[in-house]
Amino acid sequence: MSDGPTHLYHMTVRDLRNTVRQPSYVLAALIQPVVWLLLFGQLLAPVMEARIVDGSYIIFLTPGIVALTAVFASGWSGMLFVTEMDQGMLNRFLVTPVQRWALIAGRLAQQALVVLAQSVVILVIGVTLGARFPGGVPILLTFFACIALSTVAFASISNVLGLLTRSHQAVVGIAQLMVLPLVFLSEIFVPRHEMPGWMSTIATVNPVNWLVQVGRQSIRDDVAWSHVLDRGFGLLVVAVAGFWLSTLALRVYQRQV
Amino acid sequence: MTFDSTTLGSTAINGTAIEVTDLTKTYPNGVRAVDGISFSVRNGTVFGLLGPSGAGKSTIIKILTTLTRPGSGDVRVAGVDVVREPAQARRRIGCVTQQSGVDPCATSREALTLQGRLYGLNGRLLRNRVDSLLERFALADLADRPARTYSGGMRRRLDVALGLVHEPDVLFLDEPTTGLDPETRTDLWAEIFGMAAVGITVVLSTHYLEEVDELASTLAILDRGKIVAMGSPSQLKREAGGDALRVELVEPPGEGKVRKALAGVEGVGNIVVAGCGLSARVERGAVSAPYLVAALESAGVRVVSLTLSAPTIGDVYLRHAGRLLRSAQEAPSR
Repeated sequence: MSDGPTHLYHMTVRDLRNTVRQPSYVLAALIQPVVWLLLFGQLLAPVMEARIVDGSYIIFLTPGIVALTAVFASGWSGMLFVTEMDQGMLNRFLVTPVQRWALIAGRLAQQALVVLAQSVVILVIGVTLGARFPGGVPILLTFFACIALSTVAFASISNVLGLLTRSHQAVVGIAQLMVLPLVFLSEIFVPRHEMPGWMSTIATVNPVNWLVQVGRQSIRDDVAWSHVLDRGFGLLVVAVAGFWLSTLALRVYQRQV
Repeated sequence: MTFDSTTLGSTAINGTAIEVTDLTKTYPNGVRAVDGISFSVRNGTVFGLLGPSGAGKSTIIKILTTLTRPGSGDVRVAGVDVVREPAQARRRIGCVTQQSGVDPCATSREALTLQGRLYGLNGRLLRNRVDSLLERFALADLADRPARTYSGGMRRRLDVALGLVHEPDVLFLDEPTTGLDPETRTDLWAEIFGMAAVGITVVLSTHYLEEVDELASTLAILDRGKIVAMGSPSQLKREAGGDALRVELVEPPGEGKVRKALAGVEGVGNIVVAGCGLSARVERGAVSAPYLVAALESAGVRVVSLTLSAPTIGDVYLRHAGRLLRSAQEAPSR
C-alpha cells in the first residue's frame, strides 16, 4: 500500500508530460483565460463599473475568471479517460499493480496543476491591469488551495461521466449542460447584490460561487477569514466526495469490461 | 520438447501455471460469456484459445488478468488465486490486450520505464531492462520518439515489451497479431517461442488457425462460452479422422481384394476404390504407409505412388466450430 504515493507521482508526471507535449493545447489553455478576462472585462465594464462598490470592474472580474477557468478546464477531464479506454491504455494500467486510487488521483493532480498554472497567468494579467492583493500570501495560498480543490471536484464529476458513459459526446454534452448554469448562478460577472433573489439563493449552495467568494477576498483590504474557511471547507467536502465517486465509477467500469 | 520449469526458478506449484475450474461469467446484460470452463496449463508452454468472435476468449483472458471478476469458479495463475488476491496475481502476469495499449504521446523508453515503475522497479536494474527490451524488440532506433510516429508493427512490439518489463511468470496475449503484416507476425511468433523456451507460460488467443498450430502445445477451441475441443494440435488433428491417403495403382484392382488386403492394417477407414485410384483415411499415416504398401503388394495390387496429407487445424476447427455454427443458425427458427 506504500506504493500508492509512488504510483500517484508517476501517473501525474506522465499526464503532465503528455500535456506539455501538445503545444497547441498549452497555448490554448494559456490564451483562453486571458481572452475571457479581456473580452468580458471590455464588454461588461461600461455597465458594471458604477455598480462595483470599490475599484474597477476588471479587478473585480479577475478572481471570477480564475473560477470560470477552473470549471471549464476540468469539465473536460473525463474525455481523457474515454480516450484511454478506447485506446486500451486504461486496461493496460489496470493489469499492473498500480493502485486504483492513484490512477484517478494522478489525473486529478494533473488537472489541478494545469488550472493553477492558468490561474497564475490570469492573476499576473490582473496585476498588470491594476489588481492588488492586500491580503497578501496567506489569502493567495488559500485561494490556490481552493482552486485545486474545485478542480478536483469538477474534474471528478467529469471523470465519473466519462467512466460510466464511455462516450466523448456524453461528457461534452453533460459538461456543457452543467457548467454554464453553474457559472451564471454565481458572482463571477456580477456582484451578489445585483443578482436576482432566487439566483442569489442558489449561489449560496453553488461550489463555483464558493470559489469566487474566496477569490474576491484576495482583492479586499481585510480578509474575512471565517467566511473563507467556511467556503474552503465546503470545497474540500465536495472534492473528497467527487474523488470517492470517481473511484467508485472506476470500479463500475471494471465490472463491465 | 517442453522445459522442466522447476529448474528455471518458476514458483508455481506442481509445474502448473494456470488452473481454471468451472469458470463462468455472465455480463449485466444477461450474456453468458463464459459457461463452465475448466483447463490447466503447464509451466513454460503455449496455450492457445481459438474460436469465433464472441466465443468468450477475451472474457477468459480478462478474468485471468484480473481485469474483470468471474461469476463463479476458481482461477489460479502462477499459484495465486486471482479473485481473492488480484494484487498478488498482477505482479506475476503480463498482458497484451487486443487493442494496443500504447500511449501515443509517450516514447517507448518512457512507456517502458513507467510500466516498470508501476511494478516497483527502479534505478539501474530498470534502465538496463528497458534498454534490453528496446534492443530485443527492435525499438532502440526510435526509442526516444513518441509512439504516435510508430508503425502498427512497432506499436505491437512495444505492447509485448510492456508486458514483459517485470519478467512475468505468465504472459497473456489477446489476439496479438491481428492486423500485422506477415513478416512482423513471424517475428512475433519467434518471440513467443523464445518466451516459452525460457519458462514463461504463454496464453494466446487468436482466430488465426495456423498461429495456434505453429505455437500452441495445447489448444482449446471455444464456442459460445464453452470448450468444445481441447488437446495438442496433433492430437486434435488425429481425432479429426487421421490423414487423407491417395494411392495410385498400376491397374484397376478388384475392390474386394483391396479391402481384404487393408483389413490387416491398423487404423484404415473410408476406403474408396475408383479406377486406378484408391483413397482412404489413415490414422498416423506416416507410420502405417509402409505396412499399407506391403499389404497391397503382397495381395498382388501394385502401387505406383502414394500421397498422404495430414488434416489441417482448419479441418479440426470446422469439425467443432462448424457444427456449432450450424446449430447456432438453426436455433432462432425454433
